Amino acid sequence: MTALGTDLGEVAGFAAQHAYLAGVPLLLGLLISLPLGWVALRRRWLTPPVIVGTGLLYTIPSLALFVLLPGILGTQILDPINVVVAMTLYTIALLTRTVADGLGSVPDHVRQAATAMGYGPLRRFWAVELPMAVPVISAGLRVAAVSNVSMVSVAALIGVSQLGLLFTDGFSRSAMGPIVVGVLACVLLALLFDLLILTLTRLLTPWLRAART
Amino acid sequence: MIATIWAWLSDPTNWSGSGGILAQALEHLRLSGIALLAAALVAVPIGLYVGHTGRGRVVLVNAVSAFRAIPSLGVLFIAALLLLPRLRGDLAFELPSLIVLATLGIPPILSGVYAGIGQVDPAARDAARGMGMTSWQQLWQVEVPCALPLIFSGLRSSMMQIIATATIAAVVGLGGLGRFLIDGQANRAYDEMAGGALLVAALALLIDLVGALLQRFVVSPGLTPATRR
Amino acid sequence: MIRRHRTTALVALAAALTLSACGGGGDPLAEDEGSQEGDSTGDGGQSLVIGSANFPENVLLAEIYAAALGDAGVEVSTNLNIGNREAYMAGLEDGSIDLIPEYTGNLTLYLNEAAEATESDAVYAELQEALPDNLTVLEMAEAEDKDSVVVTAETAEEFDLASIADLAPHAPNMVLGGPPEWRDRFTGVPGLQEVYGLEFSEFKPLDAGSTLTVQALLNGQIDAGNIFSTDPAIVENDFVALEDPESLFAAQNVVPLIATDAVTPEVEEALNTVSAGLTTENLTEMMVQVQDSDPADVAREFVDAL
Repeated sequence: MTALGTDLGEVAGFAAQHAYLAGVPLLLGLLISLPLGWVALRRRWLTPPVIVGTGLLYTIPSLALFVLLPGILGTQILDPINVVVAMTLYTIALLTRTVADGLGSVPDHVRQAATAMGYGPLRRFWAVELPMAVPVISAGLRVAAVSNVSMVSVAALIGVSQLGLLFTDGFSRSAMGPIVVGVLACVLLALLFDLLILTLTRLLTPWLRAART
Repeated sequence: MIATIWAWLSDPTNWSGSGGILAQALEHLRLSGIALLAAALVAVPIGLYVGHTGRGRVVLVNAVSAFRAIPSLGVLFIAALLLLPRLRGDLAFELPSLIVLATLGIPPILSGVYAGIGQVDPAARDAARGMGMTSWQQLWQVEVPCALPLIFSGLRSSMMQIIATATIAAVVGLGGLGRFLIDGQANRAYDEMAGGALLVAALALLIDLVGALLQRFVVSPGLTPATRR
Repeated sequence: MIRRHRTTALVALAAALTLSACGGGGDPLAEDEGSQEGDSTGDGGQSLVIGSANFPENVLLAEIYAAALGDAGVEVSTNLNIGNREAYMAGLEDGSIDLIPEYTGNLTLYLNEAAEATESDAVYAELQEALPDNLTVLEMAEAEDKDSVVVTAETAEEFDLASIADLAPHAPNMVLGGPPEWRDRFTGVPGLQEVYGLEFSEFKPLDAGSTLTVQALLNGQIDAGNIFSTDPAIVENDFVALEDPESLFAAQNVVPLIATDAVTPEVEEALNTVSAGLTTENLTEMMVQVQDSDPADVAREFVDAL
């Protein structure tokens, strides 16, 4: 099947790879930002270096990171892992601050109540603070997901297969079709990610729904 | 690796001339500045309107999110294919990139302005109305000054994104620091490429610093402690 | 209740991310997408990865190789639009790709800067000598696609230009455009300077395909530009491709460059059949078709007609 002169089977393959390159870093970035954000919040003197340091990551142009990482990591030049690492770094840059904000938004009396109920620091984090921070973290995650999807397409300039290849291919042939299909597929993928995160957030915060009804 | 990057950065011949670092940095700033101005011209009025009247809030929030999802590289190529045959001279290469950069800069400003106006203390609004201010006076004399910290943070993050993305525009022949990245990559000159990347990051930080200073200067001192948490 | 909800959601999250991670169902790290042939199981073992440079003709040639090898029962996958020679040669070296369509002259110069031959067979012989042991070229095609320096018809008339050498007195007032790698490559700005004594006032780096270069010529932003000789844009826009009397741009026959350990009798036979059938004429014709249809379809048609 084709649309606008583009093979849709090929587009589906690119989209799957795109979802992988944008999605896995999202998960990895979240896993790394949780402890980072927690540390930034709990150890006051660490707040500026962690927040500023992760923020700095975002100023490095994506193209530069894609090309320079193989030299630093010792990976193959066309290895998608370079893109995964780069996108993970950007996710951390976006999420660390949000995690710190989210955890900081948990009211003190809630934390004290948990402590009074005999919760240790670790259990309090998992059972009380983290769940209550979900709405804020999820908002940050949505921004990161959408921006990851958009940014992955830049990797087409270094020949890593994903939807962005439709852009470079179309442009070099002066063919508008593949580029338009690629843009639409990217936006669709971003919407899908957004929807997934929204649904999971709703499932993870049943008390918010209870309050609404 | 660090030594070769430093060698590239510290070689004075790389700094001077028409394709030198100084010239390209200025070009980068000029293009980013124009893009930011265009983005602000579109985003600020809309943000003020929605924030002040509360109309179209849902549309705006969703539009901002959808805007972010659009891949700049694809839009850049579409704009280039559409506009190149219709324009002449240097404008032909600059306009498509500027449109994309401005588009990219709109969402952060929009959400900053809107959120800034939205979080103005209702008591302050009521007081303004009680003093007999018109809707227009309320907006300019109370809401905008109160919203300045968030408006500034929107402008600053917009500028950061524009500066970082302007590097990609070198793919379609645009000048600026992106040239070192694209040309360095094409010629396998990694020192040039890494040096260029550092320069872009440094430029973004420098401009953000200028933004922070400006913010300090412009925002009413009465507001600063309240916004600091 | 709340607790159970949360566990379910967490499981769903993990499942969803694993699912999206696995995408098409194969190993997402294998560069197997975009291929028409072979399953997407490409685990690097038997699958032959075909790469291409970042311009349409090379993509088309790679698709032709892919179609022909697929028909011969070889399991192949493609990784197209990688970049310029400097980029994909690194990919061949580190094993990211196994096969790529190449051009004899420029490849020889890349491998040996001192290469001197300009005529097809001599270039091919020099290429064989210059190749490292881990790389092999199979038979070359008659089809040729050279770099060329192109000017608009008006410019050609105004300065009475027929060959690159005629540019010499005017170059200091002219801007040259081409792919960014022309800045440092011998068959680019340095060669034009050394062989023809051309000192352009400026070199404007554009894209590797011809989209920007063609527009820049039409817009008057550049006065001379690098476009491939098979590019349909030359005829469409009445451009004049300047002659190359000093043969700076040596013969450029299309040739499959392949990792030596990927050569099998089936692969060799399939690719040699393609090379035997490729001519400059049918390549130019296919380039016109590629402008508004999928290169893979054009390639399929060509291979079926072989």
